[in-house]
Amino acid sequence: MLITIPVLLGLIFVVFTLARVIPGDPCRAVLGERATDAVCDDFIRRYGLDQPIPIQFGLYLGQLSRGDLGVSIKHSEPVTQLLIDRLPTTIELTLMALLFAVVVGVPLGLLSAYRRNSPIDVGSMIVANIGVSMPVFVLGLLLQFVFALLLKGTPFALPPSGRLSSGVEVLSLVDVWHLENVSGPLRGFLDFVSRLYIPTALITGQWGPLGDALRHLLLPMVALGTIPLAIIARITRSSLLEVLGLDYVRTARAKGLRERTVVLRHATRNALLPVVTIVGLQLGGLLSGAVLTETTFNLTGVGRTVYEAITGRDYVVIQGFTLIVAFIYVFVNLIVDLSYGFLDPRVRQR
Amino acid sequence: MTDHHPTHPAAPEYGDAGEILSTRPASLWRDTLTGILRQRSAVVGLLILGVFLFVAVFADQIAPFDPRESMLGIEPGIQKQAPPCIRLLGCPADRFEHIFGLDTNFQDVFSRVVIGSRISIGIGFAAVGMAIVIGAAIGAIAGYVGGRTDNILMRLMDIVLAFPSLLLAIVIVSALGSNLMNTMLAISIVSIPVYARIVRASVIGARENDYVTASRALGESTTGILVRRIMPNAITPLIVQGTLGIGTAVLEIAALAFVGVVSLSEITWGSMIAIEFQRLFTAPHIILAPGLAITFVVLGFNLLGDGLRDAFDPRLNR
Repeated sequence: MLITIPVLLGLIFVVFTLARVIPGDPCRAVLGERATDAVCDDFIRRYGLDQPIPIQFGLYLGQLSRGDLGVSIKHSEPVTQLLIDRLPTTIELTLMALLFAVVVGVPLGLLSAYRRNSPIDVGSMIVANIGVSMPVFVLGLLLQFVFALLLKGTPFALPPSGRLSSGVEVLSLVDVWHLENVSGPLRGFLDFVSRLYIPTALITGQWGPLGDALRHLLLPMVALGTIPLAIIARITRSSLLEVLGLDYVRTARAKGLRERTVVLRHATRNALLPVVTIVGLQLGGLLSGAVLTETTFNLTGVGRTVYEAITGRDYVVIQGFTLIVAFIYVFVNLIVDLSYGFLDPRVRQR
Repeated sequence: MTDHHPTHPAAPEYGDAGEILSTRPASLWRDTLTGILRQRSAVVGLLILGVFLFVAVFADQIAPFDPRESMLGIEPGIQKQAPPCIRLLGCPADRFEHIFGLDTNFQDVFSRVVIGSRISIGIGFAAVGMAIVIGAAIGAIAGYVGGRTDNILMRLMDIVLAFPSLLLAIVIVSALGSNLMNTMLAISIVSIPVYARIVRASVIGARENDYVTASRALGESTTGILVRRIMPNAITPLIVQGTLGIGTAVLEIAALAFVGVVSLSEITWGSMIAIEFQRLFTAPHIILAPGLAITFVVLGFNLLGDGLRDAFDPRLNR
């Protein structure tokens, strides 16, 4: 577990270096082509870009240790504020896609294994194979075409872009609970959670906006969740097939237990162990896919922000965002590793 | 399906009446080939890839038009984003045949998809090839030398793995400059750790074997032992992972082109979609054609990879 610390330091270094290697003049990218040299010198000094790289790195580490991710060169807003505004979009999308993948993928895999070689099995495995092969954005565009154009005017029509319809708003926790005088990190946290529309609307009972947010999230969720769904279904299937061939399952059957009990209580539990790892491993792919889904469905999340920051030479934002995403990823993998001990007693004893 | 086991060395094959059909000695290559051909998914994957490789190699001969040529002055009365016009489905004889229609710049979509196959598949092969060579070297050194070297190398790999691969690839291409060479490099870099891990595991598994000790006692050099005695153990998983990896690489090239870090003047499937995706509701054929091309190529590599894994896995072979 301590091993993650050098990895995290390495991460910071890689992100810092890459952000600095990106070619282009940050001053003229932000202030425009006609900025004079005097203005640019001042600009460069203000952001410490005239210091040697090692010193810049040291300053950056010091900044990070105080929880300060810097101020965006382009938006002149703290990166933390940008994260509070934009990270929730990506998190909500990613988690909903993962939920969709697990809720559909696991039962599908179990069913396929239990009814091996049945039309359900063959059909779902063909769909799974095509699902993992289709780029996220192609599937997203296809879904938009079907649900926003072909089904327009029917009850099945779904909006092709954005998070909410125009005019619809999810009231923030601060507004609903009248916490206007809260400030500091707690206020940041409340703002952050409020931008997760679905949980916020659920907690505060804003049913109208909740429905609207869900309808907007449906297509991106399916587009992003299909690849992990296919992978999860395949792993679940092969895992249950393996377990069903083990001796203890035969023993359970020989004892005269009902088939339902054997499969659901005895076999499925053990079969789901490898599935947990796979679910955890999907997160990297989901975050990558979220970049594409955000572009396809016109959502302003992490992917869009990093991309805009790269085209705008906004080092501070590139650093801050890539770093936070990588940290989240490392952290989730750590949790997945730890969850083994919880799920598998054999690991715990070692 | 006949139930013979070609893995028995020099086992004679018997016919229905018990007569000996052949006593050919078992050969590694033939056994592997029959094993692969017995996997349905591998055969389907090979067929799909065969078609696409043929198209990529003979792209210039297959493409009916110049992919950058505007039909505007050439075909009278042609509309931009014209839907597909196919002879078999009643395309009038006085029209050119555009089986995937035209795009916004009056270019023939079919020709662009055909030419685009070169970059997509070519970069996929190149990126994975490079990743395997570098990854295998890193993994072999880490696994064989062990100790601190191993620790440092594998932590470096962990750092690369700690980024969502597409995000890292986007940043790398932006840092190096957005051309095809750097796209290939970026895709290669983000996939190195996978191969390094595979090779390291095989090397650690094989390092303590008696035949390795024997080679060492005979005075074989470390490089010789690594390359000739140990690496052959890693080849099967590398082939399987590499095949699947090319599929992933094709998806990543498309994704990088789609978000716009690959220059849009290059004809790739991803950039075709990137240029036109706002026209989804008016001219879906322009997006569908390259989109399906990506899907089929990736499907081909996935099926072949899965089939190879099953064919090489001795537990599943019987």
